[in-house]
Amino acid sequence: MSGLTLFQKLWDAHVVHVEADGTTLLYIDRHLVHEVTSPQAFEGLKLAHRTPRRVDAAIAVPDHNVPTTDRSQGIADPISRLQVETLDANCAEFGITEFKMDDIRQGIVHVIGPEEGLTLPGMTVVCGDSHTSTHGAFGALAFGIGTSEVEHVLATQCLWQKPSKTMLVKVGGQLGRGVTAKDIALAIIGEIGTAGGTGYAIEFGGLAIRALSMEGRMTLCNMAIEAGARAGMVAVDQTTIDYVKGRPYSPKGAAWDQAVAWWNTLHSDADARFDRVVELDAAKIEPQVTWGTSPEMVTTIGGRVPDPANAPSEVKRQDWTRALEYMGLQAGTPIAEIPVDKVFIGSCTNSRIEDLREAAAVAKGRKVASNVKLAMVVPGSGLVKQQAEAEGLDKIFIEAGFEWREPGCSMCLAMNADRLEPGERCASTSNRNFEGRQGQGGRTHLLSPAMAAAAACAGHFADVRQE
Amino acid sequence: MRKFTLLDGLVVPLDRANVDTDAIIPKQFLKSIKRAGFGPNLFDEWRYLDHGEPGMDPATRKPNPEFVLNFPRYKGASVLLARDNFGCGSSREHAPWALEDYGFRAIIAPSYADIFYNNCFKNGILPIVLDAATVERLFRECEVSKGYRLKVNLDKQTVTTPGGEVLAFEVDGGRKHRMLNGLDDIGLTLLQGEKIMAYEERRRVEAPWLFA
Ligand code: SF4
Repeated sequence: MSGLTLFQKLWDAHVVHVEADGTTLLYIDRHLVHEVTSPQAFEGLKLAHRTPRRVDAAIAVPDHNVPTTDRSQGIADPISRLQVETLDANCAEFGITEFKMDDIRQGIVHVIGPEEGLTLPGMTVVCGDSHTSTHGAFGALAFGIGTSEVEHVLATQCLWQKPSKTMLVKVGGQLGRGVTAKDIALAIIGEIGTAGGTGYAIEFGGLAIRALSMEGRMTLCNMAIEAGARAGMVAVDQTTIDYVKGRPYSPKGAAWDQAVAWWNTLHSDADARFDRVVELDAAKIEPQVTWGTSPEMVTTIGGRVPDPANAPSEVKRQDWTRALEYMGLQAGTPIAEIPVDKVFIGSCTNSRIEDLREAAAVAKGRKVASNVKLAMVVPGSGLVKQQAEAEGLDKIFIEAGFEWREPGCSMCLAMNADRLEPGERCASTSNRNFEGRQGQGGRTHLLSPAMAAAAACAGHFADVRQE
Repeated sequence: MRKFTLLDGLVVPLDRANVDTDAIIPKQFLKSIKRAGFGPNLFDEWRYLDHGEPGMDPATRKPNPEFVLNFPRYKGASVLLARDNFGCGSSREHAPWALEDYGFRAIIAPSYADIFYNNCFKNGILPIVLDAATVERLFRECEVSKGYRLKVNLDKQTVTTPGGEVLAFEVDGGRKHRMLNGLDDIGLTLLQGEKIMAYEERRRVEAPWLFA
């Protein structure tokens, strides 16, 4: 018999009950809740006269709707305000811990989970948000769910699931200078496509992944959903354990030792079999920039906007043509010649301290180009913001001409006041370049924080390796 | 949830791959704290020429005559014919809510994004997978014949074309059973209460740090 994959180990540890056809009732250890996908779930509970099974397993935070400018006046938009107030009221009614808007611990749900030690190795983690895959960086089984399932987890602490197929994405070798986890993520999506991971749980392995910090691993697992995989994960190693140690919700004392003993087993066995294996060489990955309206429409900073005539299929040819039209781009244009109007450094993909350090290193002593209307940095949480300020990163950004904002999702999806105007082009460290994602008619190019800072200072996309 | 047994519905073809949840229901409408009322804003940015915001009266909006849902011949459609990777992107259940509220009961596509696929079943929408060549053929048939309808039988797992062709599809047994009977998921899970309790007791010993 072959060994077990990390996915199988995590799965087996959470099985409550299995039906004859393999449908499994899976136990959920951590439930992260935010304001957008929870109101209807709480309403459903109340209508059925049900109560949450384990309030200690849930934690809530408002992030999508919160303003990133001065918050002392509250939220101006009455509909956004009502949604956040509804979360406050539901958490108060049921006794769920919430990091409210004025709490220093408030931030993007996928940033605060790991930061607080609420996300731990070996856990099953769910949230009514597709980027829950982020938490898989800790050797956890983490995936996004819809609102009906949010209600289901609140009521039962369980979910009905069928095991996914497993995929190993092995990134060997060493990353070049200026190349980051975001570039690995985009290169993988470019390779397997946005539906390449559908039906799979992806484990990222190989030397280049082992060398990544936890921040880098979170960026990578965050983007697993953009490859179609509900879950991404990385095996536990010393980097994981060092990150988790001493966090507010991490185990302490004897429980810590007991936990670490188990966590150290959370890796795929050497002889484990995967349903699919994809291999990449880190040394060959160059800084990536997307050119279209799907994360798989990606090329390198040295590349050009592709010609739909060269698309691999008729369906893709139509997709590319539409994308170029929406993006206002001509086939053959060198990526490095495309000017940008706005720059957004933030989102659950790239708003952690390391991301901000990488961007600041590029922006230091330089100025945002005059054609750039707005360059903004939105830290992922109040604590990231505090840390960045302690390191003086805020000053570097402000002196260069960036705006330094309060934490939240912000222009990643433009549910608050931060958005693109029609036709505006944005260099963005977020995860989705869909039509209208950052504002109706807005044009999004995804890239790494360092590359975003380079674009801000150059006024167009630029190779961070030449800085 | 709503029961699904038989459907005989008008088909509308949406000829785009990778239709994402931001396109199905744009973010400004996610601010609602209700489950209903998303239908008028389904595909909002494609369906209207003006910019939509919550609370606008649909009657005052400017429909985009070039968007397929606005073609008079597709008025009242309840089957959505779509392309690969339909529903990719976010986990927002507002996407199936909007489709359901508009009147869709079934979707036919070669593939779906996982979370969206799952969310459909929770809302009485049947996401049917047919192979790409068959879907391509249905697109062509639908475009050339006005009033093109398909019959869906969930129990038999078949789609029948106006020409009498019967196409079989796969669906997970558990999901089918719940949908045919309109069962409440949470109620079913609570029947496993003893097993959940036993699991928790075991984990409290094995992994006490998971319990506050
Ligand atoms: S930052 Fe963007 S992708 Fe992440 S949770 Fe917020 S809206 Fe979603």
